[in-house]
Amino acid sequence: MTNVVIAEESKGKLNLERGLNAFREQIDAPVAAFFSSCVHCGLCAEACLFYTETGDPRYTPINKLEPLKRIWEQEYTLWGRAKKALGFAKPVTDELLEQWEPLIYDACSLCGRCSEICPVGNDISGMIRKTREGMVASGHAPEGLVGASFRAVKTGSPMGVKLPALQAQIRHIEADTGMTIPIDVQGADYMALLSSMEIINFPEYIEALAKIFNQAELNWTLCSEAFEATNSGIQIGSSDIAQELVERVVRGAEKLGVKTVISPECGHAYTAIRWEGPNLIGRKYPFKVVHILELLDELKAAGRLKTSSKESMSVTLHDPCQVVRKGGVRAQPRELLKLVNDNLHEMPDAGKMNWCCGGGGGVSANERAEPLRLKVFKRKRDQIESADVEAVVTFCANCRMMLEEGLEHYDMDMPVYSLTEMIADHLEPSVEEPSAVNVEEEDNE
Amino acid sequence: MNNSMDFLLWVKGPAFEIALFIFVAGILIRVIEILLLGRKADLSEARSSDVRAGIRTVLNRSIPESGILKKAPFVIIVGYLWHICWFISFFLFVPHIEVINYLLGISWPGLPNQFVDTAAVIAMISLLAMLIYRFNHPVLRFISTREDYLVWLVTFLPLLSGYFAFHHTFEPYAMLLGLHILSVELFLVIFPFTKLMHVITVLMARWYNGVSLGRKEPENQEVQS
Ligand code: SF4
Ligand code: SF4
Repeated sequence: MTNVVIAEESKGKLNLERGLNAFREQIDAPVAAFFSSCVHCGLCAEACLFYTETGDPRYTPINKLEPLKRIWEQEYTLWGRAKKALGFAKPVTDELLEQWEPLIYDACSLCGRCSEICPVGNDISGMIRKTREGMVASGHAPEGLVGASFRAVKTGSPMGVKLPALQAQIRHIEADTGMTIPIDVQGADYMALLSSMEIINFPEYIEALAKIFNQAELNWTLCSEAFEATNSGIQIGSSDIAQELVERVVRGAEKLGVKTVISPECGHAYTAIRWEGPNLIGRKYPFKVVHILELLDELKAAGRLKTSSKESMSVTLHDPCQVVRKGGVRAQPRELLKLVNDNLHEMPDAGKMNWCCGGGGGVSANERAEPLRLKVFKRKRDQIESADVEAVVTFCANCRMMLEEGLEHYDMDMPVYSLTEMIADHLEPSVEEPSAVNVEEEDNE
Repeated sequence: MNNSMDFLLWVKGPAFEIALFIFVAGILIRVIEILLLGRKADLSEARSSDVRAGIRTVLNRSIPESGILKKAPFVIIVGYLWHICWFISFFLFVPHIEVINYLLGISWPGLPNQFVDTAAVIAMISLLAMLIYRFNHPVLRFISTREDYLVWLVTFLPLLSGYFAFHHTFEPYAMLLGLHILSVELFLVIFPFTKLMHVITVLMARWYNGVSLGRKEPENQEVQS
């Protein structure tokens, strides 16, 4: 199914007609209610960092939806159909889609701020996600994302990370720490997912998981057939691709018979597996999905997450949009940070209304968007500057990359840490003992 | 005089009936059109009640988030002023209540005329201010369409003509009143086919936003903050 999409891309079978059909499939009662309600007040522009940092009115969120709006109006309203019949309607053409492609992909990180601000309640961000379905099907998706999706379907990961790469990282970690990283453990309680960004750029995350789970005596495993949580199908807006990637995880989890799947820190991975996944595959999961921070918070509450030291370095917390605003994991990060640091300085708008790093929603995989992304990072830079801290803590590997690149671009020398890794670095020392037996003895004391 | 009397009788009679019919039928069609599209059930495991989240969003979305209030105070404050003063001018003016009572058989107490008069003036001033703002703000100028300006005009005219009629600014009065009613009819006729529909669909939009995003919210958490 999915390979079909990719293969047809190369054969030029992705065309306007397919795109228009994909748009039509996305029109539902909420979309119709949203478009009917827009009063053109312009407030959504003020919510969107792509507008606030550039002043370019084309980046007004509702304007990004012009193609979808035309389809809705001309085909799903009596009045619009009448206007079309009389020749008053502007059609959706390849030229229009070409013109809108940079607005829909380069200038939207699906951060969801606009959907929280719109006074009439339009879920603009959700509609941009829907619009992308028509864009891909009509062959109007950016090359960077098409490439990532192609690699995801072929190799299992958008960055082309294959199992041997993961195994190599695992061997490194095992050699360095003496711990064993469980893989393909049949009947484990938990199956952890990773994002390719973590495997390639931040393998310390895997080590952190192992340390924490060892201490908590969690019965967990990785799965050699489904370790990748990043879902580029969702970012590019292809339900076919997204569904195939979710299916892989579900098959892996079902095969091992795990009770819970752990989403990595990565925000879009979380959205993909936790919220969109069941809808993509058309059925409920036989297991639960938790974000790693939700799990850590549970472990903490159960007294199974024990840290022994705190840092006094001043830090601020960057809230990944998909985890905090759109995912509802909001109190946990702050509670967990308290375990290891008591010098938190919040940025303005922290929490639910945080500002995006600018690289979500596939923007970071789209090279063409890089200059714009770095430009709009100015918002984050200003926020971080106003917090006046020594380091930034976050919980999304993609945000972390974006923060590192952005801070460097603006000549701000500041480290960016992962919250999970920070916690792992401050665990009670005894747990670093390699064998599980020792851990038990410690616990019995 | 005779001409203006005839005119008044026509706008109060057949014209009003036609306008009312288009208004009611149009709204029904629009609402049914939306509802018939339906929506797929969400299969992901909800974190909290979507019904509560829907209701919460319908109510809470009237309160601006603090960040946006700082960024766009004009739109929000004038927007508030406009909606409140329009509501007073329309629903709390005694002669209007009498018309509604005649049509629907329901009534409620109105406000003193002087009060309503002031509200109408404020409503007109805020509408004018919003028009000027629309012309000048880069985003609003960019996203505005002919429909926005048409709706503006058709919303402004009943206020202006009503104000003139109330103050007997011109003679004959029958003509003035007739024009006022005609402007209201124009409003009723375009209502279902323009963004004026937001008066009704805002409830649906907020509800859908609430149920789809609210189910991911932690339980007991307010939408704001
Ligand atoms: S904030 Fe909402 S109502 Fe205002 S222009 Fe944007 S989408 Fe339309
Ligand atoms: S989701 Fe975020 S980036 Fe996209 S249009 Fe809305 S506010 Fe802008």
